[in-house]
Amino acid sequence: MTDFLQFIEDNLQITYILILSIFVGIEVIKSIPAVLHTPLMSGANALSGVVIVGAILVMLHADPADYLALALGFVAVVLGVLNVVGGFAVTDRMLQMFKKKK
Amino acid sequence: MDILLNIIYLIATITFIVGLKKLGHPETAKKGNLIAASGMGLAILGTIFIHELAVPPLIYILIGLAILIGSIIGWLIAIKVEMTKMPELVSLFNGFGGASAALIGLVEYSKNVSDVTQATTIVAGVIIGAITFSGSLIAWGKLNGSLKSVVKIPFYNPINNLLFIGIIAFAAFMIATGVDSQLLLYALLASGLAYGVLFVLPIGGADMPVVISLLNSLTGIAAAITGILYDNMVMLVGGILVGSAGIILTIAMCKAMNRTLGSVIFGAFGGGEAAVVGN
Repeated sequence: MTDFLQFIEDNLQITYILILSIFVGIEVIKSIPAVLHTPLMSGANALSGVVIVGAILVMLHADPADYLALALGFVAVVLGVLNVVGGFAVTDRMLQMFKKKK
Repeated sequence: MDILLNIIYLIATITFIVGLKKLGHPETAKKGNLIAASGMGLAILGTIFIHELAVPPLIYILIGLAILIGSIIGWLIAIKVEMTKMPELVSLFNGFGGASAALIGLVEYSKNVSDVTQATTIVAGVIIGAITFSGSLIAWGKLNGSLKSVVKIPFYNPINNLLFIGIIAFAAFMIATGVDSQLLLYALLASGLAYGVLFVLPIGGADMPVVISLLNSLTGIAAAITGILYDNMVMLVGGILVGSAGIILTIAMCKAMNRTLGSVIFGAFGGGEAAVVGN
């Protein structure tokens, strides 16, 4: 228990950000029309591609002689970019379709 | 330099929130998507170029190459896909994001294993990333028809729950003992992958969008966890936004289909009685 309290104390700022972000996420999505469910899911999916930032950090910190880390980091960047670029592009196309219908 | 990068991350975070907000209204949705995309681009460029590390040119070339390959493939798939195949594509991309998070964990584990907090975030990232990767691939397969829509496994529920408890216990063991074993880490990755498959396999095709939304939310959580590891605010806030918004969206999608999240996830186990109630 004391460990847990110590952890909260050490990471107070992050804990605040975490909790506030959860509420922002909930508020932002509240009461959206059902037609937008799929585009919104797709847009959120593109946003979750933000892991790419971590993948780039892996590459930047990698030792050039550590081929395994380089290879894994490389694949992680490729997959992350696929998630980001593909995600935003598909969302854009979905929304175009949505406009045509209207 | 550091301040500049942090300001860029701050701007990117704001674009994510504004973009997500605008995506929720029909008139502004397209603009919202563009705003979020430009914020993401800014965050990526900032991460690559703004730092004080001595990075050899080879690594810059590799990063550039990886981004080029990913962009071209992602763009081409997104442009060429038929309209009706879009939901399954979202699932596929989401799986890639999860895989990326898991790979980051694989690389970082041995460097950070001595620190309990770091080891916890890494192990959690590997497990969640693996589950979303394999789960999303199964969802993708189901939607494009290459997988039979409902697979019935005997004693499905106990097996699945046991596996889940086993993974948690395994992860706790690794964190508690601080073993620096890549082999155990790969075993953890494999069990996460297996759980993702088992989790999605029995769920019916009609419920797939809900499952994809749920897995998407999990990818966001994996990104946020990785953000804690790097003390990186744009990953943390962006990931949590997707995580919490994704769960609300998942519940909203269930409501639109007149079902509860529980009946979608566990309904398949009960021989479809929940589906009957829903209909």
